Amino acid sequence: MSRSVKKVEGITRESTQAMIDKALEAYPEKGRKKRAPHLAPNDQSSGKACVKSNRKTVPGVMSARGCAYAGAKGVVWGPIRDMVHVSHGPVGCGWYSWGTRRNLVSGINGVSNFAMQFTSDFQEKDIVYGGDKKLAQLLTEAKELFPLAKGISVLSECPVGLIGDDINAVAKRMSKELDLPVIPCNCEGFRGVSQSLGHHISNDTIRDYIIETREFADEETPYDIALIGDYNIGGDVWSVKALLEECGLNVKATWTGDGEMEKIAATHKVKLNVIHCYRSMNYMCKVMEEKYGIPWIELNFFGPTKIRESLRALAERFDDRIKDKVEAAIAKYDAQMQKVIAEYRPRLEGKKVMLYVGGLRPRHTVGAYEDLGMVVVGSGYEFAHGDDYDRTAPEMPDATVIYDDASEFELEQFVHALKPDLVASGIKEKYVFQKMGLPFRQMHSWDYSGPYHGYQGFPVFARDIDLAVNSPTWKLVKSPF
Amino acid sequence: MRQIAIYGKGGIGKSTTTQNTVAGLASLGKKVMIVGCDPKADSTRLILHAKAQSTVMDMVRERGTVEDLELSDVMKTGYGEVKCVESGGPEPGVGCAGRGVITAINFLEENGAYTPELDFVFYDVLGDVVCGGFAMPIRENKAEEIYIVCSGEMMAMYAANNIAKGILKYASSGKVRLGGLICNSRNTDREADLIEALAKKLGTQMIHFVPRDNQVQRAELRRMTVIEYSPAHKQADEYRTLAQKISDNKMLVVPTPLEMEELENLLMEFGIMPAEDEAEIGVAEAASA
Repeated sequence: MSRSVKKVEGITRESTQAMIDKALEAYPEKGRKKRAPHLAPNDQSSGKACVKSNRKTVPGVMSARGCAYAGAKGVVWGPIRDMVHVSHGPVGCGWYSWGTRRNLVSGINGVSNFAMQFTSDFQEKDIVYGGDKKLAQLLTEAKELFPLAKGISVLSECPVGLIGDDINAVAKRMSKELDLPVIPCNCEGFRGVSQSLGHHISNDTIRDYIIETREFADEETPYDIALIGDYNIGGDVWSVKALLEECGLNVKATWTGDGEMEKIAATHKVKLNVIHCYRSMNYMCKVMEEKYGIPWIELNFFGPTKIRESLRALAERFDDRIKDKVEAAIAKYDAQMQKVIAEYRPRLEGKKVMLYVGGLRPRHTVGAYEDLGMVVVGSGYEFAHGDDYDRTAPEMPDATVIYDDASEFELEQFVHALKPDLVASGIKEKYVFQKMGLPFRQMHSWDYSGPYHGYQGFPVFARDIDLAVNSPTWKLVKSPF
Repeated sequence: MRQIAIYGKGGIGKSTTTQNTVAGLASLGKKVMIVGCDPKADSTRLILHAKAQSTVMDMVRERGTVEDLELSDVMKTGYGEVKCVESGGPEPGVGCAGRGVITAINFLEENGAYTPELDFVFYDVLGDVVCGGFAMPIRENKAEEIYIVCSGEMMAMYAANNIAKGILKYASSGKVRLGGLICNSRNTDREADLIEALAKKLGTQMIHFVPRDNQVQRAELRRMTVIEYSPAHKQADEYRTLAQKISDNKMLVVPTPLEMEELENLLMEFGIMPAEDEAEIGVAEAASA
């Protein structure tokens, strides 16, 4: 795609700023001052973040953010399928985060995957007397019940940090006693401003407890790579892994979608790390680069345009054998993708979409919508940092609104002003906009669909977007505009 | 780097003893950092000549999150180049002071406060080990050496024995050891002998007997350690001796805490507590007259 400045008819820096100012009017002065730097018109050619980010949510607004535990359990650790993941604390956190992210796993439940809900189910007595003994007992029982599990992660919920239980000491002792990796993760929900710190803490525990503790069983080749920051939502990993393998690469480990502990532990032996979600896993990519000299490349597998660019950028890192295979794959699948576009694009051409999602989608999915002829008129992240917004600037059309940690109120205001044909966001936003008579896709879990990654994913994505935007249902709902 | 935690009954003189000892170590040319682990935040005032240092938790409250803090915001340097940090925490009766200690120590670790040139890090910890937060300084890779400040008063000895129980728990799973009892004298009867005997029962030593001297009070009113206020005073010698003994100490043990009965027997043996008379238990003064 050309790097020329993208414009949207009717949207100027002035119109966007006026829309932002109007939304901010509703806040008391202090809140307005705090929120103002988080909302701005995009400056596409700058390649720089136009908003402030990774700050504490302003009290009183409805934020869509999660917590450090959510980042650790839901994102990084949870998808590793051959481990038991213990939500350590009262039962609710574990229960309500069980499978909700739709990170699919292969294998047999209880044998080669353990996608179950394990919790220490804290009671009053555990708060008062400490939960360390209970944890030790739980770990012993987990090993007895599931002897094939390759390890156990202990994910701290808030109360564990409050009463100061030393889960690290318990994990160390039990790891020896059970002869099994037991990984303590101090990801209490109250730490940090969003789930983002949970990702970071989890990356640090992978660094401290997992990486370099195993070796791959099969022989090393120059084509060994790891797929990082793909969580297999609706089967995304399976789509991308198959594609990369068709291109002649050996995907030795997937982090952490449908992931296996021992392969993750041996990833220090790969030749290149391919990272999809930069936000949640850049930390370990940088560790592996510094410590083992493994380079990493950030790619985008949404929509044929971005997939093509990504595969070619990937091929540049390898020899002609890979380059030829990549070109063959592009030739084969691009033709199929053009058929998909030919079918859906006429119905979606010029439709406007607003995004508000998490780690990478507010920028990575832009190209996929554009492949379908759609225009992204607003985008933002729940928990991004400055480097995410730097990467977003060139993807979004110039002068479109960028919002960081947006509140429900702000989103509603922007939707009223921009009148999009589709809102793509999370479960907390879904019903707000559907009640407004707007087509909506829940883009954290692909709304019970997927995969959306890779060439397998794009036809599913195109179909889902068409279904949402062009469903006759919405004609039966009276829209406020 | 040796990391040392100081425990002891509330009001026994932990902060005073710690700061005077640290000043002693500094005068021996050692590089020291004090981490105050008490929401009262009075662990560094004698070194900094300050009323109260702005604490890690105060700054967190002010800025909103711990991520917004810089090390330079909370670390001050005082007498003898001693680095000072206070964890801080809530006023009594609200919130969770223990978590404050955890947050503060995590912050110091993540922001590189534990620099290699440090010879000693002292944790001055609130009273008893009342919850997991106050055990943070003795978790793995932190303090491996504990000194208990006590006196010949009965309750101080009870407290010392209780703390030894806490240490036993952590010693059995980690590397933390008891380095000795510091007797901060209250001029009770046969005080040194008694603490020597208690130390022996606990399997440790009375590393030093710090006599009671009003010079400590005089220095403290000027927010100074005795070592700085009156380096030639004999009390300054006491603290320098204690500092040297700690610096040289190799006797690090897993304590053997006493059962309540043993402790009471010890007190009776030294005449602190009369022998138990069943006829007197639960009988009010007026009734027994």
